[in-house]
Amino acid sequence: MDRSERRTLSSITGKVIMALAGLFLVVFLLVHLGINLLLMADDGGRAFTGAATFMATNPVIRLFEVVLFGGFLIHMMFGVGVSIRNRRSRPVRYQHKSESETSPLSRYMLHSGIIVFIFLALHLIDFYFIKVGLVAPPAGVERHDFYHRSLVLFSDKGYSAVYLVGFLFLGFHLNHAVQAAFQTIGMNHNKYTAGIKVFSMLYAIIVAGGFMTIPLWFIFFR
Amino acid sequence: MIFTLKIWRQKNASDKGGLVTYKAEDISPDSSFFEMLDQLNQQLIAKGEDPVAFDHDCREGICGTCSLYINGRPHGPLKGTTTCQLHMRSFRNGETIYVEPWRCGAFPVIKDLIVDRSAFDKIIQAGGYVSVNSGGIPDANTIPVPKPDADAAFDAAACIGCGACVASCPNASAMLFVGAKVSHLALLPQGRVEAEHRVQKMVATMDSLGFGNCSNTYACEAECPKEIAVTNIARMNREFLAAKIFAEKEKQISFTL
Ligand code: HEM
Ligand code: SF4
Ligand code: FES
Repeated sequence: MDRSERRTLSSITGKVIMALAGLFLVVFLLVHLGINLLLMADDGGRAFTGAATFMATNPVIRLFEVVLFGGFLIHMMFGVGVSIRNRRSRPVRYQHKSESETSPLSRYMLHSGIIVFIFLALHLIDFYFIKVGLVAPPAGVERHDFYHRSLVLFSDKGYSAVYLVGFLFLGFHLNHAVQAAFQTIGMNHNKYTAGIKVFSMLYAIIVAGGFMTIPLWFIFFR
Repeated sequence: MIFTLKIWRQKNASDKGGLVTYKAEDISPDSSFFEMLDQLNQQLIAKGEDPVAFDHDCREGICGTCSLYINGRPHGPLKGTTTCQLHMRSFRNGETIYVEPWRCGAFPVIKDLIVDRSAFDKIIQAGGYVSVNSGGIPDANTIPVPKPDADAAFDAAACIGCGACVASCPNASAMLFVGAKVSHLALLPQGRVEAEHRVQKMVATMDSLGFGNCSNTYACEAECPKEIAVTNIARMNREFLAAKIFAEKEKQISFTL
């Protein structure tokens, strides 16, 4: 029996798990965006800090933090696993590059995913590691004070640029991802698939655009 | 017309192979792609060289035997056509044309442009049938089938098993082929009886043969000569999940989740 026959999960089950984890992340991003937009409120960070404190103390949310880490882990593990298997399935490659029409950006999901992952790692170091005390906060900012931490970061043009690039690629990822996830879980119908594709693109634009507005606002309006 | 051809030549399954450049001259714009290759082969034979081996049979787009990855697209530049239905007028005079075999680990090259597609036969053998004993022909309409279902089943059944979906897929995935085969039976009452086991067996066989995973690029749908839609993949995924979750257990058979 060759190694491809000894699999514990079928290709479809694996992709469905990955799509469901991805859709969970899609919902999480909306919540996260909602809170981050409060950074731009002109109240000295009261609304933002209120929301952040709620997220940090509410027991249901604390539980979801574990689910969230799990969601990312599962999504990334399957994403990388699927990509490796896909490369292996064509051991000898074509000499002429493919001219086939494909769904936009669908060929670059691993690339956009890895860029998002790099941003995610930086983000964890900048906020989560400081919060749990693994990394020392910058001078004058308290460990749990995400508001002033954000102000420090966004006043740095270099950091803002990294942030913008990270979310640009997240937008690319999401544009294909949301509609693909529906297809993977078997939801494709001439009644609503056109709608799902529009939704997928709008979601990508709103989420990526929403996050990207924040550093731009700090650069140009503060 | 004149063309520069870059054709994949490979003596046998173990040969490494490579592209060889040929000149095709005096080609009529009305000759088919295969007639052009036939012409080239006549010249090669006259020179005592080995002619280019390629698959073909019906030459009218119904059997699924022909293949060829032409300038980066299976079955060449036209939509909804097989290579045997492609004519040289679809190319520019003087154009350089790359001709390669389907590339997929599960479709090993036998010689030149011919690949072994028996992996597809194995998937069909795993469940792409209905088990009925032959006997008298039943009357038409003994089993009523709703018109939309009949239409969708017929669209799926148009698949000729050529493998262009696998060839075009960046992941060499066979999901469009298997989706079409699962769908055309799952949509009809005669196929429902074995639907739950069929989808599990066919997917398990597909996985075991080393095809890639679908990543929803939809290159398959764009390149399928029979324009099989990716809705069939979604239908297979639904059938598969429902079977995993709800199917009654059968004693002797075990499937991977
Ligand atoms: C907030 C972050 C992310 C969200 C919301 C997200 C969401 C999604 C969704 C919904 C899909 C579609 C699944 C399908 O094809 O059915 C997907 C695909 C994919 N994701 Fe992500 N993702 C995120 C981050 C990442 C990261 C960090 C990686 C890192 C490796 C990654 C790798 C992939 C890959 C490789 C695919 C394509 C899988 C395939 O269909 O072959 N994603 N993503
Ligand atoms: S689905 Fe289309 S491309 Fe794939 S084998 Fe069938 S006819 Fe050929
Ligand atoms: S030779 Fe029969 S489909 Fe092309």
